[in-house]
Amino acid sequence: MAGKIMAIVTMKKEQVAGGAPIFAVEDKESLQKTAFVLEKILDAMVHELNDDTLVIVSHK
Amino acid sequence: MFQELLSNEYVIPLSLGFGFGIVCRIYLLQTDYRQYPTYPHGKIIHVSLGVIASALGALAVPSLLKQDYTAVTFLTVAAQQFRDVRNMERTTLTEIDKRELIPRGGPYIEGIAMVFEGRNYLVIFTSLLTTFATVLFDWWGGVLAGIGTLLVSRWLKSGKNLSHIVDVVPAEVRVDGKDLYVGDIYIMNVGLRDAQDVIKKQGLGFILVPKDANASVTIAHPGQRQAILHDVAVQMGLFTDEGEPSLTPLIKRDLASGRLGVFLLPQVMDQERAKIVIESVPILESVFRKPLESPAAAEGGAHGG
Repeated sequence: MAGKIMAIVTMKKEQVAGGAPIFAVEDKESLQKTAFVLEKILDAMVHELNDDTLVIVSHK
Repeated sequence: MFQELLSNEYVIPLSLGFGFGIVCRIYLLQTDYRQYPTYPHGKIIHVSLGVIASALGALAVPSLLKQDYTAVTFLTVAAQQFRDVRNMERTTLTEIDKRELIPRGGPYIEGIAMVFEGRNYLVIFTSLLTTFATVLFDWWGGVLAGIGTLLVSRWLKSGKNLSHIVDVVPAEVRVDGKDLYVGDIYIMNVGLRDAQDVIKKQGLGFILVPKDANASVTIAHPGQRQAILHDVAVQMGLFTDEGEPSLTPLIKRDLASGRLGVFLLPQVMDQERAKIVIESVPILESVFRKPLESPAAAEGGAHGG
């Protein structure tokens, strides 16, 4: 079951880079909200990397 | 015509063997919580095959007695036929499994398919012995042999379940920020606050403690773990849906001790019932391991625990 990063939601844009789409947000509230919406759209799971960054990973 | 039929010396042995064979198949065919086979069509298929099996078993004895030895090759045809039963079950269940919220998993399906094949041989065995006993003694011999083989079939029908090899201990589901634990066993990283709240409310946790090294190796098999998740989902409901990957029941292994942390999301929050359900999950035949039986384990016994 290889996971694939579908998207990244972060408050610190300078910390992330790479192939997956990156969504920059301002505060914790919109961090959670964006991740929630993305989870429902992508059918993929939200994991917390650290306080500022969530990754959305498809485990299928 | 009727008189003529009754005057045939094999009518009673054949009908007794045939009858007991069919009774045996129907007795072994129970639709239980596994919801398989489905009533009525699945049952029709299996009862029909049971009728064929019992006819084959019953016919073998008279043909031997009439010194028609080639007739016994029929039994090989039967074996071929019932291997196909296994294939049929496997194909059907694999198709169904693709759309299950919590799939059964390959090893569980193999186990079920194997059971279907095996039960047809039990039917052959029942009708063969019954017919033989009736020929040897009289109708009462056949009835006794029939009842005896039914009892043997009942004994062979049920395998072991998890309660024989593990202790099921209720444990707390702990959401520690992003980290989800069952007792002291780490399960997964849940990033979404929303999902964390649901898990706090609906999560149910157990720790399976293996009773010996055999058990530890057996429950480590992913197929066995999938079977546990599937059985609980079928019997306790499931608090999730398609496209809700954060709400996924999961079993993780504590590498140091071989214990399993079971994280469940049942619709019905009933810890006692869930415990009983887990305890009665069958041990999959193809997964059952016995490392303690190996000579290596005997020599290095100190490490066997």
